[in-house]
Amino acid sequence: MTLLRLFWSFFLVGLFSFGGGYAALPLIQEQVVEINSWLTPGEFADILTISQMTPGPISINASSFVGTKIAGIPGAIAATAGCVTPSCIIVLILAALYYRFKGLSMVQGIIRGLRPAVVALIASSGISILLTALFGTAEFPISLSGLDPAALGLFIASLFMLRRFKPDPIFVMLGAGIFGVIIYSI
Amino acid sequence: MKKDARFYWNLFFSTLKLSAFTFGGGYVIVPLMQKRFVKELKWIDEDEMLDLVAIGQSAPGPVAVNASIMVGYRMAGVPGAFLTVLGTVLPPLVIITAITFFYMAFRDNQVIRTLFRGMQAGIAAVIADVVINMAAKIIKNRRVLPMIVMLLSFIAASFFDVDIIVILLVSGLLGAYTAFRARGGAEMDSHSNEEEGFE
Repeated sequence: MTLLRLFWSFFLVGLFSFGGGYAALPLIQEQVVEINSWLTPGEFADILTISQMTPGPISINASSFVGTKIAGIPGAIAATAGCVTPSCIIVLILAALYYRFKGLSMVQGIIRGLRPAVVALIASSGISILLTALFGTAEFPISLSGLDPAALGLFIASLFMLRRFKPDPIFVMLGAGIFGVIIYSI
Repeated sequence: MKKDARFYWNLFFSTLKLSAFTFGGGYVIVPLMQKRFVKELKWIDEDEMLDLVAIGQSAPGPVAVNASIMVGYRMAGVPGAFLTVLGTVLPPLVIITAITFFYMAFRDNQVIRTLFRGMQAGIAAVIADVVINMAAKIIKNRRVLPMIVMLLSFIAASFFDVDIIVILLVSGLLGAYTAFRARGGAEMDSHSNEEEGFE
């Protein structure tokens, strides 16, 4: 039953994440943190961090992580299979259409229409990740006294580095992690 | 091209290797796939490869997985697609599963915990950076509808807990409608599409 639940949850993630990259982020968060409570918001932020530093798409990494945590290796396989099944079906249909008709402008129109919504949804997830990093929780009401000044400093410094010098995000995160170890141990 | 065991192994192993050594997901792996299949193996010509990638980006799901399905299907039909999906999925599946066991064993360690706590601020910054770039691109286009869609989607998701799938369906339908209008509406029905295809 758990395996089926994992498969289905990540099937939905695979089916509705349009536009690649971080588009899957809000969907994974909804399924994994909110609906099924498989991960805490902190663990969810951790899997994003791990995902940045390892090869592979975020949704595949998240499905392997959540699957392993909930039901071991069979869970990882079930969740990952769920994640790629919609791709297999839909891409094969589009491939067949492409080789027959060569026209996909309607599909591309839908994708263009989705993009602003996708950006907004990533922003919305990003805010709860930021709140988790800064306050240790994303649940309202949040009291300002719970603010972790070190985390706020690391966030601002990381964002500044990313905007100003455009380095590989891996280095920014590793840097934030190492500074975190130093600051929190003082 | 002879489709012997070596061909299938080459198809599988090419995608496996690309997936195992590519950090950063679809935006990085796609150009590397082009290099491997167009320039090195010369299996697919450049224009067709661009179309395959565009289709991969139009479908839901990870772009790297979708593009590999297209390449596999192009080279060896449905069995080829299954080989390339397997090649793309196996490396992250194996690596993350191993890391998860490590993570569960070590997350209570003081140093590891502070490392992850610091990195949480880092990943929040990475996501903020991505969102700023994506939103700037939409605002720069100076078209009203996408900006309204972006604003309303954000409010709906952040403050009213509207189901993500509902937001995506509504904005997707809106996109389909505007694309349909832009193409001249009823003039471009399925007939003209078919004629194009049979040229």
